[in-house]
Formats: sequence, C-alpha cells, structure tokens
Amino acid sequence: MADKTDLVLDVKNLKTVFFTNSGLFKAVDDLSFSVRRGETLAIVGESGCGKSVTALSLMRLVPDPPGRIVGGSVALEGTDLLALDESEMRSVRGNRISMIFQEPMTSLNPVMRIGDQIVEAVRLHRNISSKEAQGIAVEMLRLVRIPEPARRAREYPHQLSGGMRQRAMIAMALACRPALLIADEPTTALDVTIQAQILALILDLQKELGTGLVLITHDLGVVAQTAQRVIVMYAGRKVEEASVEALFAAPKHPYTRGLMASIPAVPASGVAAQARLNEIPGTVPSLVRLPQGCAFAPRCKLAIKRCEAEYPPLSDWGGGHLAACWRAEEVAEVA
Amino acid sequence: MTEALLEVTDLKKHYPVRAGVLRRQVGTVHAVDGVSFALGIGETLGLVGESGCGKSTVARSVLRLVEPTSGQIRLDGEDITHLSKTALRPHRRSMQIVFQDPFASLNPRMTAGDIVGEPIAVHGLAPGKELDARVARLFEQVGLRPDQMGNFPHQFSGGQRQRICIARALALEPRLIVCDEPVSALDVSIQAQVINLLIDLQRQHGFSYLFIAHDLAVVAHISHRVAVMYLGRIVEIADKDELFRNPRHPYTQALLASVPIANPLAKKLAPLVDGDVPSPVNPPSGCAFHTRCRFAMERCKTERPALLDAGDGHQVACLLNDGTGRGR
Ligand SMILES: Nc1ncnc2c1ncn2[C@@H]1O[C@H](COP(=O)(O)OP(=O)(O)O)[C@@H](O)[C@H]1O
Ligand SMILES: Nc1ncnc2c1ncn2[C@@H]1O[C@H](COP(=O)(O)OP(=O)(O)O)[C@@H](O)[C@H]1O
Ligand code: SF4
Ligand code: SF4
Ligand SMILES: [Mg+2]
Ligand SMILES: [Mg+2]
Repeated sequence: MADKTDLVLDVKNLKTVFFTNSGLFKAVDDLSFSVRRGETLAIVGESGCGKSVTALSLMRLVPDPPGRIVGGSVALEGTDLLALDESEMRSVRGNRISMIFQEPMTSLNPVMRIGDQIVEAVRLHRNISSKEAQGIAVEMLRLVRIPEPARRAREYPHQLSGGMRQRAMIAMALACRPALLIADEPTTALDVTIQAQILALILDLQKELGTGLVLITHDLGVVAQTAQRVIVMYAGRKVEEASVEALFAAPKHPYTRGLMASIPAVPASGVAAQARLNEIPGTVPSLVRLPQGCAFAPRCKLAIKRCEAEYPPLSDWGGGHLAACWRAEEVAEVA
Repeated sequence: MTEALLEVTDLKKHYPVRAGVLRRQVGTVHAVDGVSFALGIGETLGLVGESGCGKSTVARSVLRLVEPTSGQIRLDGEDITHLSKTALRPHRRSMQIVFQDPFASLNPRMTAGDIVGEPIAVHGLAPGKELDARVARLFEQVGLRPDQMGNFPHQFSGGQRQRICIARALALEPRLIVCDEPVSALDVSIQAQVINLLIDLQRQHGFSYLFIAHDLAVVAHISHRVAVMYLGRIVEIADKDELFRNPRHPYTQALLASVPIANPLAKKLAPLVDGDVPSPVNPPSGCAFHTRCRFAMERCKTERPALLDAGDGHQVACLLNDGTGRGR
C-alpha cells in the first residue's frame, strides 16, 4: 500500500439516503475507497447504481431534502469534509476539490463570458488582482487546448461547440489546481472522436498537475483506457474493486463478469457476422425494495440459497482485489 | 450481396436556414448531400457517424417521413420517391422504424397491448378476438409476457419499452425495419438483450435492417455491411469484417482509433483527429473532411472525392483512396 501522506482522498463507510414518496432508500451504502496523488480511480456501474450521488456526496452537494449523508467520512488531504460547516466547505469546493459534469452547462453560466467565469472562480479562493486572474483564465484555456484562448475568453458559452464547452468547464475546474478532480460521465454526451480528445486531455492535465482523479463512467472501455484502479457499483454498493489489469484479466464478481461479456467489441479480423452477446437477464432492482441478501441474486446464474438470505461481505482475494460475492472463489470456473 | 430490397441513389435533403424578420434564407443545411447505397434482403446495413452527420435524415427520407430534396428511393425495384400518400400506403406496411427513445415514441395513455395492436387494427388485418391472439404472440416474440398487455408504458423499464416498440414494428410483418439508435439510451446489460432480440428476429423472419448508431461496436456487432457517414455523405462502405480489418478512409480510421477498447493491455486512446465536426450549413469545400484530415493535400480543398470502388465491394471517397498516402 502507498504511503498515507500520498492519499488525496480517503472515503470510509459513506452512506447517503433519500427520503422519497415511495420510501427511504440508500443510494450509497457503506462505500469506502481512496485515491492517491496523480491516480485515476474509475467508478463504473449502470444507471441508478449511485455513481452521481457518490460524487455529489464528496462535494457535499447532495440536495437536502430529499437526500442526506447519514454516515461515514470523506477525508480530503487529511481533513474530513463531512465535519466542516458550510462556509468552510465553500472554501474547499472548487479549490481543493472540483467537479466536472456530463453537461457543461451544469457548471457554466450562460450569460457570463467564459473568461470572467474562470476569473470569478479563481478570485473566490485566491487573493489576486482581476488582471492577474484574467491572465490565469487565458492560461487555463490555453492549457485545455482551446485555440485562440484570449479571444475565446471573451465569448459566451453558447458561442462554443460542445467539445469546446467541455474544455472550458475543465479549465474552470482546474483553475485553482485542486488536489482532487471528480469527473462524472464527462464524455458520455460527446461523439467518440471528441471523447478521445477530452479523455486524452484530462489524463495529460492530471499527469501535469498531479491531481487525483475520480472518473465516473458506465463505459468499461473508458475505464480500461484511463484508470489505474476501478470500483464496480451495483445498487448503491461497491461489489468489486481492483487494479484495472486485475479486473479485466479476472473479474471476481458475477455482475462484473456479466457486464464485460455483454459489451460488443469492435471486432478484430475474422470475427463472424452477428454473434449473439451474453446478456444479464432481468433489470436493475428498485432501491426501495432491495432483496435482503445479495442485490444481484435475482439476476445471478450462480445464486445459491445463502445469497438470498445474507449479504456477502467484501473480501480481499489478494493484492487488494476486493469482491462481495459468496462464490467469488469459484466464479472463474463456473461462470 | 443478394437481391436488393432497398436502393437509394444520390439522396439529398437540404434545409433552408432563415434569419431576420423577413425570414430570408441565409444559408442551407446540407443534412444529406448525395447518399447512395443498396440494402439486400435479410441484410443489415449499419450506418455510423457522429451526431449531425445526417443518419436520421437518411432514415426519415427512406421512410418518406421527410421529402427528399432530390435523389431516388426504390423499394423492391419500385421508385417510391414521389408516390402520393395513397399510393405509398401498401409500402408503409413493409417499412417500419424503431427510435432511440422508446418513451417519447409510445403514447402514455394507451396500453402496451393497444400500442402493439394498433397498426394491425388500422390496416384491418385481424378482427376482434384474433387481434388479441396476434398481439399476445408478438409479446412473446419480443420477450414480454402477454399478461403485461394491459399495462401502460410507464409501468415498463427502458429495455421493455424498447421491446414494445419492436413488437409494434413487427406487427405488420415488414420487410425493412429502420432502427435509429435503438439501444443508445439503454444500459449495457439491457443493450445486449435488445441487440440479441434484433438478431434473433431477423434470423426468424428474414427482414432487412437499416441500423443506425453512433456506437461503432454496436454497429459492428449487428451489421453485415457498414457505411460511414461524414457531413451528409457516405465516405466509406464495405462488408463489416473488411471495414474493420482494413479501414481505408482517414475518417473511418480516426473513428476506429477513438473507440476506447475494454482491455487495459490494448493500445491506448489515440485521437487521430483534432477539433469538432464543421457545421453542415457551410460544409468545407472539396473533401468535407479536409479540415481535420491528417493526410489532407492541397487538392483536397477543391476536389470532391467520389465514392469509388476499391475492390471487393469496398467503396471509399478519398483522393488517396487507401488513406495511407500511397495514392491510387
Ligand atoms: N434528487 C434525488 N431525489 C431522489 N432520488 C434521487 C435523487 N438523486 C438520485 N436519486 C436516486 O438515487 C439513486 C442513485 O442515483 P445516481 O447516483 O444518480 O445514479 P447513477 O449511478 O446513474 O449516477 C437512483 O435510484 C436515483 O433515482
Ligand atoms: N428539420 C430540420 N430543419 C433544419 N435542419 C435539420 C432538420 N433536421 C435535421 N437538420 C440538420 O441536419 C443535420 C443532420 O441531422 P440528423 O440527420 O439528425 O443527424 P444524425 O442523425 O446523424 O445526428 C444536422 O445538422 C441537423 O441539425
Ligand atoms: S453472492 Fe450469490 S447472488 Fe450474489 S453475486 Fe455472488 S453468487 Fe451471485
Ligand atoms: S480526400 Fe484528402 S482530405 Fe479527404 S480524406 Fe482523403 S486525404 Fe483526407
Ligand atoms: Mg449519474
Ligand atoms: Mg440521429
């Protein structure tokens, strides 16, 4: 394991719940993970599994009501963010910890020039002149490879293309050189050639600035190409964690295996026309009515009696490869 | 290729861009700008390309949901480009469409059974009792339970709603089903279920698919042939295996290189193109890809490459022809 001081983020037993008309549910349940300086941790899972709520919990931006963080700790550079009051949190948010979204207009103000928005973000946290901040804004736009950054700084978000807006949002998020960047599906809405550009950019900048990165995605291809470590979530829980190499070489959880088998691959030469894909039967369960035992049991080919009765603990299967499955040991043979 | 079911020749669809109080035309969107292809019986032709390149406009033109600006659409050898509404009616039955967003295309106030049975009822193909039995069979074919016929769209999951759309498309026993991004909104595990269903149904019924998606892996999986579009034109078309093994157009190469491969040991992301797709309002002159092409030459700015045969039914529209700089 890495030196403790190397940890940028250390999340322990995070629990976030929602109180809704259909009942109370745990959107994030007992989630622990850590991110080192310069490391990329991917969080992967299908829609509704709690990825965005995890991100919002780290940022302390969970809408309350209906949501609330009810347990755990989120240590950023040693400080528990959950113990801060709101004004202390404001001085951390956008400064030491930043977030970018799938839809750039979530964080860009449509009626403010791009450059001014970055200036505002920087001056919120640093005591510098507006002129200095403007210099930083143009420099950030250059860093995210927006052509003619000085001219672009004077434009409004709607004057930029989708890919350029994404870059502007990244520039703003990184302007204060945060220790941790959270990217929630940053390329999901983009075309594949633009996605490749933006992912390459994020990784370059991360390397350059030493930022820790939490990259949230539903795309296992993006995970494989970007992350060092990965967490697989299902119904609010971490069901598997491993280095990317270990996860793709030998997934331990039947859900992870199922996901991997269900993605069509760009065929290598000689692949037969139209092969059927492996499918995971059924659908993701409703969080309001989770089964008592393993949440994946209704869809799992390997489910046994015990799975329906008891939730499997996360066990270490060697080298920090964690999986929560009663039959993880046998998965490779039987699945 | 086998006998052609659908033949599209030099299809164009232009939209005027108007501005100002007088709504004067200030430009033209070249949404589809000279597309030709043929689709065989029982064949799946995949149409890929980034958003705005004209895929949906091709789909809608083929189905005559929009009127083409010019060009020709032949179904079973018959020119249907200019048929009147009534003359088109028998052809409507044989061409169906499945959209990306199953929720938007389902009437929330109709039961799933009525939605699927509606086209049969409208065409008067099955009286009373028989209709129910046919709808029940369609439900079974797409993996829904007949006892769900009385449920409303919101009571189904996204994947199940897409199954309802597919059942409705099947109802009139079509020969062509146009699928416009049918799995793009679905989670991967559900996406696999729907892709398998589409493959199984084609094997049973022998109809043809025009299958549109922006996800190359999905298209690669389901198609026999694949056409790549860029700014309103087909830049490359070939048998699936040939296209992926031997992509010749620089844009196809860039698309393929951009797909993140789900294997950490495979080569890392290599963006082979810079910048965004230019606007189709004033598309670049010559080869429309020249503003982003690694191999662009002076003459690419003025000469428009035609889609030419490069052997084995592999067609490419590039002045280099093989995209590697070797020339023709
Ligand atoms: N503001 C909210 N109110 C009620 N439920 C919410 C809210 N935000 C998220 N949820 C629920 O929490 C669960 C996890 O959501 P989310 O984290 O957004 O999933 P994803 O993995 O797709 O990002 C889902 O069931 C979602 O419906
Ligand atoms: N009804 C319309 N009026 C004007 N422009 C349109 C219309 N429909 C589509 N377009 C434009 O035509 C181009 C192609 O659109 P579309 O066929 O939907 O692309 P794709 O399906 O490949 O994303 C886009 O630039 C789009 O904005
Ligand atoms: S615990 Fe049981 S049901 Fe859950 S994934 Fe493992 S084998 Fe399947
Ligand atoms: S014609 Fe020229 S610009 Fe167009 S793809 Fe070929 S080499 Fe590139
Ligand atoms: Mg989300
Ligand atoms: Mg479209």
